[in-house]
Amino acid sequence: MVKKLLLTLAIFVIASLALVACGGSEFVCEDALGCVTYEKGDPIRIASALVISGPNTDLGTDSQYGVEIAIDFQQEIMGHPIELQAEDDGCSAEGGQTAGQKIVADPSIVAVVGTSCSGAGVPMSKVISEAGYTMISPSNTAPSLTDPALHEAGYLRTAHNDKVQGKAMADYAYNVLGVRSAAAIHDGDPYTEGLARVFADSFEALGGTIVEFTAVNKGDTDMLPVLNAVAAAGPPEFIYYPVFTAEGGFLTKQAKEVPALQNTILAAADGMISDAAIEAVGDAGEGMYFSGPDLSFSGDTYEKFIAKYEEKYGKKPISVFHAHAFDAANMIFACIEKVGVDDNGALHIGRQALRDCLFATKDFQGITGNLTCDQYGDCADPKISVSQLQNGAYVRLWP
Amino acid sequence: MRRRFQNVNFIDIVLWAMGLGILFLFIWGTIKGLQNPKYGPSDYANFVVLGIAQGSMYALIAIGYTLVYGVLFMINFAHGEFFMVGAMTSTVFIAIPLNETGFFDRQPLISLLLIMIVAMSTSMSIAVLTERIAYKPLRKAPRLVPLITAIGASFFWQYFFRGLFGSQVISFPEFAALKGSLSLFGLEILKSRLLVIIVTIVMLIGLQLFIMRTKTGKAIRAVAEDKDVAALMGIDVDRTITITFATGAAMAGVAAVLYTVVFRQVHYFMGFFPGLKAFTAAVLGGIGSIPGAAIGGLLLGIFESVGPSLFLEGLHIPAAHQLKDVIAFTMLVLVLIFRPQGIVGERLSEKKA
Repeated sequence: MVKKLLLTLAIFVIASLALVACGGSEFVCEDALGCVTYEKGDPIRIASALVISGPNTDLGTDSQYGVEIAIDFQQEIMGHPIELQAEDDGCSAEGGQTAGQKIVADPSIVAVVGTSCSGAGVPMSKVISEAGYTMISPSNTAPSLTDPALHEAGYLRTAHNDKVQGKAMADYAYNVLGVRSAAAIHDGDPYTEGLARVFADSFEALGGTIVEFTAVNKGDTDMLPVLNAVAAAGPPEFIYYPVFTAEGGFLTKQAKEVPALQNTILAAADGMISDAAIEAVGDAGEGMYFSGPDLSFSGDTYEKFIAKYEEKYGKKPISVFHAHAFDAANMIFACIEKVGVDDNGALHIGRQALRDCLFATKDFQGITGNLTCDQYGDCADPKISVSQLQNGAYVRLWP
Repeated sequence: MRRRFQNVNFIDIVLWAMGLGILFLFIWGTIKGLQNPKYGPSDYANFVVLGIAQGSMYALIAIGYTLVYGVLFMINFAHGEFFMVGAMTSTVFIAIPLNETGFFDRQPLISLLLIMIVAMSTSMSIAVLTERIAYKPLRKAPRLVPLITAIGASFFWQYFFRGLFGSQVISFPEFAALKGSLSLFGLEILKSRLLVIIVTIVMLIGLQLFIMRTKTGKAIRAVAEDKDVAALMGIDVDRTITITFATGAAMAGVAAVLYTVVFRQVHYFMGFFPGLKAFTAAVLGGIGSIPGAAIGGLLLGIFESVGPSLFLEGLHIPAAHQLKDVIAFTMLVLVLIFRPQGIVGERLSEKKA
């Protein structure tokens, strides 16, 4: 008991000392979630949590480049430089959890760009929101993340919701390719399952038949049993498997080994639009279709962005969500400027104020379009395109 | 018999009830599944052939677990990495350059042999190295110590090779000669899967001859029986243990080549799951027994391939193929409940167990 009392006393003493030490400043933080304070000249710290290891490295690295370029363009906010703390979301629930906990353990981080994968976004949005932080994902597309019943308070995204993408793919398959029977395969990840589900529902709503709706396991290599099961159920004219690079590569190569699926059209989604995915599907991917964000952006900013990208990293964009990441970072910068309080060179940012400002984003002119956030964090101006792999390159076909 | 029942306790009863429940579900699902009009006999035959091919690879890897367990009573969790090392090295240094020069298409057989030699020798060298550096100094340590060391060694090789070859997926070129399928006994069998099955049979027979007919094989068996007595009989125990590791790794190297030929993709993390499955196969068949590893591997492969379409769909489980791993590990649980020594394993004496 005495020990506890002493401890309480000690804490009081230390706390009052700290208060006295800060007594010089007139600023009193009244923000419901607390404030982040940067002393004069200290950098503003934002974090990224993107997939930068494993088979989906291209997806996350590309987005991270987008954030880095946004920082290069912005240079400073109210006299403070900007610093990026890059974390890895591992494209998995565990990775998202770890990255989230690492970020909320650092009180100097004001906001997060991430995650790459929806599977990582689900646990991370919970960790981040509960700690009073705010995150914007450049590439989570799973419908569940912004579902009114499941949405976490600190979660926004600049990527499209897969309700749009799944519908667009179904529309393309039914109306443009003219197929009437299809199968969908996912891998249990919220992104892949959500997208496959929306595709299947939309395809059926258009009047088509879904002969098989099934799943593989992340990490599987032998896809012939599942492909044979699909063939036995139909065989369908069209298979949509919005999965990631490794499993997608195995599915594509092995689909070509099933005699009954020789004339079946194969299609995947934005998780497989990258150089690594072209490598993974090999020759078997020739003629395959991909749905994804429409990258036919225009405008000065995009041209400047691409020029900078090629100059800085020495290559053309390696995946598709760099622009969304760039916009996400710029939304954060704009809001810091709006809600940041200058205090003799020190900068105070209220976490609740920043969060409110981000959710209130309206007609924000980004590369990806006019961004307006709704109360559940969907900010995208969604445009979906379908491309085809021709001679080892993605060729945009529609719309 | 009476004594056996006297020793039965509450936990045994719960386990038996659980096991019987699973068995009942399995039989019920199979009956329902067989009534499913979606799959005909040819579909099932197809699933079985695919399962045998996948199971052959498990069997080859499982042999490494079983051999090492036989002589050291240790689970070498780095074994999956010996498999990965062979696959990655042979792909990057042999298969891809040969494909670029066109030699790959002109001389598929020689290329395949070259790839196999490189994969086997890399796997063997890494295995011997690991044994020398990580396991040998711990020969006298308590049993848990080498087990944890093995997990450490596994991480080490994974990230070492990630550093060497990068974290991306690397594509393995396709053998033109192995494209398409052959008609055999009225079944369409993919040539690549046929290759896997044939090579595995050859390797298993070769291994059995090596263990049973050669002097070194005899030494391995003697060391497995009793290290101390074997040493007294003039057998170099350390050398024999090294040879055992090398033999297991050579099999893993062959499995690695078959895997890359079939799946045409390598990655630094690729050893983890096959390693885990092969370990399951080894326990299933009876760890310590070579025929057990082969039987366990084949059974595991077949159940994984047939299971989802047969009894999981029979039980009306949606997206059944996602639950392939559940089947594998449920089988393991069942075997551990009803026959802890494995399908063909023998009950071990106190000293060995």
